[in-house]
Amino acid sequence: MASEATQDEGHEVELSQTQGEYIQHHLQFLTYGKHPDGHWGLAHSEEEAGDMGFMSVHVDTLGWSIVLGLLFVLSFKKAAEKASAATPTGFQNFVEWVFEFVEQNVKDTFHGTNSLIAPLALTIFCWVILMNFMDLVPVDILPWLAQTISGSHETAFRVVPTTDPNITLGMSFSVFFLIIFYSIKVKGTGGFLKELAFQPFGWKMMPFNLLIEVPTLLAKPVSLGLRLYGNLYAGELVFLLIALFGVYQLPAHFIWAAFHLLIVPLQAFIFMMLTIVYLSQACEHH
Amino acid sequence: MNINATIFGQMIAFAFFVWFCMKYVWPPLTAALAERQKKIAEGLEAADKAESDLEQAQVQVAEQLKEAKTEASGILEQANKRASQIVDEAKDQAREEGQRIIAGAQAEIEQEVNRAKEHLRGEVASIAIAGAEKILEASVDESAHAELAEKLAASL
Repeated sequence: MASEATQDEGHEVELSQTQGEYIQHHLQFLTYGKHPDGHWGLAHSEEEAGDMGFMSVHVDTLGWSIVLGLLFVLSFKKAAEKASAATPTGFQNFVEWVFEFVEQNVKDTFHGTNSLIAPLALTIFCWVILMNFMDLVPVDILPWLAQTISGSHETAFRVVPTTDPNITLGMSFSVFFLIIFYSIKVKGTGGFLKELAFQPFGWKMMPFNLLIEVPTLLAKPVSLGLRLYGNLYAGELVFLLIALFGVYQLPAHFIWAAFHLLIVPLQAFIFMMLTIVYLSQACEHH
Repeated sequence: MNINATIFGQMIAFAFFVWFCMKYVWPPLTAALAERQKKIAEGLEAADKAESDLEQAQVQVAEQLKEAKTEASGILEQANKRASQIVDEAKDQAREEGQRIIAGAQAEIEQEVNRAKEHLRGEVASIAIAGAEKILEASVDESAHAELAEKLAASL
């Protein structure tokens, strides 16, 4: 097992772990919340985390998400401050390349003037790419580090934020609120409701229209969030399965990592493009 | 899939990062790129202008070159003409000089001839007198016969 190589101290513990338990443990979040008895603290097992219910936070994924978000905004801010009409070099060049890529996509898809959508798309693209890239960090390194620091082998630690549905759905529902906001802003409340009720079959078929349009609207954030989550979760799971191969994991890991390298930017791009498309639909009159 | 308050945490973080990007990342990048675009456009324009200037200059150069060539050939022609003129003049002068020298020489020769004739005449007169003296064997009055001898000499 991969963890055997990295964990000399936990040799016995790890050996006594079945393969199912190994994967189970890797899919557990470091959860902070309110225990049923009323005090706040970290959950020490999956049951404890489950008992906390809604009033709990995944410290690991949210923490990594914020760290990576800060990495994005601060590095881009630094580059943006240095940006001038002179010849760009190094990281500056890279930032401008990404910037122009996103700007071009927004221009091609969103026809209108909106100062929010382009920065929104840039943030989504870069942030999601960074979060997805955490999947390429060998699956045992950071959890082992966390366990070493906390001193407990039971400490759960997940490092890929986009394998947490809370993270992806948090983003997709933010986009959903923006869709609603711009729909109402551009078309008015009446116009927005009319679009739901009187399309595509006219006002006589209103119940039928609602039956089509309301799920369509609600499906947008759900599919947006779950698509990203599903892709990355599956990728993570395959990495975990590969980690069980023993020494043969090296070539297998390499092949899957190379394949995953395509998924990482692709999923970020899809999330960004769908956000732009949804918002451009919200801002369009029919 | 356990949905919990993480979703709100992520929403807050998302809103913050988008706001941050909108405020501190996007505007300076847009401004810098717009400025660079303007600069590049200006540069291209300047390059175009320089190219047309160059073309104009080349046309001008060709024109000036042509002018210079015609001028040079004119000067050359003039010089040639002048040279032949000088040669002709020199030839004329030389001819004149030659003729003058020839004339001088002829005059001198004539003079010499005359002098020689004169001399000869004198000689002949004295020879004639001496001859006559010998022929006559007699003393002849030189003064009486001098006239005769002069006449004889003059007839020579």
